[in-house]
Amino acid sequence: MSEFEPKIVAFVCNWCTYAGADLTGTSRIKYAQNVKIIRFPCTGRIDFMLLLKSFGEGADGIIVSGCHPNDCHYTSGNFHARRRWIMFRGLLDMLGIDVRRIQYSWVSAAEGAKWADIVNTTVTAIRELGPYTGYAKVAGYLEKEANV
Amino acid sequence: MKKLIIKAASLLETNAVQVVIGFGKGSVDRTRAIFITKAADCEQLIFDSRCIQNLAVYLTKAEIKKMGKPAIVAPLPVLRSILQLAAEKQITEDSIIVLGVSPESELVELESLAAIETYLSTKQIVIEEKYQTTIETIKAMPVSERFAYWVKELEPCFKCYACRAACPLCYCTRCTVENNQPQWISVASHSLGNLEWHVMRAMHLAGRCTDCEACYNACPMAIPIHLLTKGMLQDVSANFGTYGPSLHRDNTLSSFNPDDKESFIR
Repeated sequence: MSEFEPKIVAFVCNWCTYAGADLTGTSRIKYAQNVKIIRFPCTGRIDFMLLLKSFGEGADGIIVSGCHPNDCHYTSGNFHARRRWIMFRGLLDMLGIDVRRIQYSWVSAAEGAKWADIVNTTVTAIRELGPYTGYAKVAGYLEKEANV
Repeated sequence: MKKLIIKAASLLETNAVQVVIGFGKGSVDRTRAIFITKAADCEQLIFDSRCIQNLAVYLTKAEIKKMGKPAIVAPLPVLRSILQLAAEKQITEDSIIVLGVSPESELVELESLAAIETYLSTKQIVIEEKYQTTIETIKAMPVSERFAYWVKELEPCFKCYACRAACPLCYCTRCTVENNQPQWISVASHSLGNLEWHVMRAMHLAGRCTDCEACYNACPMAIPIHLLTKGMLQDVSANFGTYGPSLHRDNTLSSFNPDDKESFIR
């Protein structure tokens, strides 16, 4: 059996982290390929349901990243997002959804190296945790794959 | 509750209100919500320990609004919901008359929304010890065991949405669960959809829920969904301090503080 390659979905904001990830590329910094980046206008737009949907569709880990506090393109989107994450994380934890699989971060447009580091450390952490079979079983995702 | 009946009758007689929302006799030994439009019918009003439905749920319904200005029998949970609805601009100062009922079943005069807030300030929401213990026990389980616990608890859910219908704060006329382009939440009684529905419900009530337990009381399968909202209530007070409905404070998730503290963002 080949080594487990984690599937990671990254929800990032257009103005900071997406530009930061772009900088990682233009700076020719190599990082793990496991991440699928989805660009949003702002962290404030990242609905908590999208995170659940990722797990439901078979993601092993999630990265949520945006502008540093006080750096939001829309002034306060990330402040609202932060409050939502605090509440959401508490709820997921109570429900027994593995909160270690969601990495939140602030990555600015100038932090290409930090983005590479975030992705690499997240991939390593998820590799150690293994596939998220607990959620996949509930989602029926494993059955779906078996039926293909 | 003679005083309540007299007061309700006089409000209808003077046409100060057109409908009184209160509790009346239901089937067998239960009580149900009744909508009285004639002063003579006020004799039907009951108030006792069986009256646990949150009547505030009717205040935002188009069918009730059509009946005219309402007076509403309001024990503590209803008062809290009214205050939260007012804070969310769903109720205005003169749109209702409140027939407050104290925990000792005494009629309380509450002339304005501000008076409700003052009255409630001495009666803060307290999570009962038995619930605190249950929540602590759940939180102490290992992650996979906790997940299994909730999957099992939520299993009987067949998405009748009685929890949503009973909640005074679930007043949106269009809900995400009815959204099928795309189908956000599977309508089948399936673990994934059940989990997603209850996460969504709890999140949409985060920082708004006034802990009236109407959702739990309405659930035909007695799923302890009120534990989720109670847990979030604890989280709100732990992370953001003050908790409870107020006319002077924005909802937790529709406001922010630049100095909000967390420990998990890198």
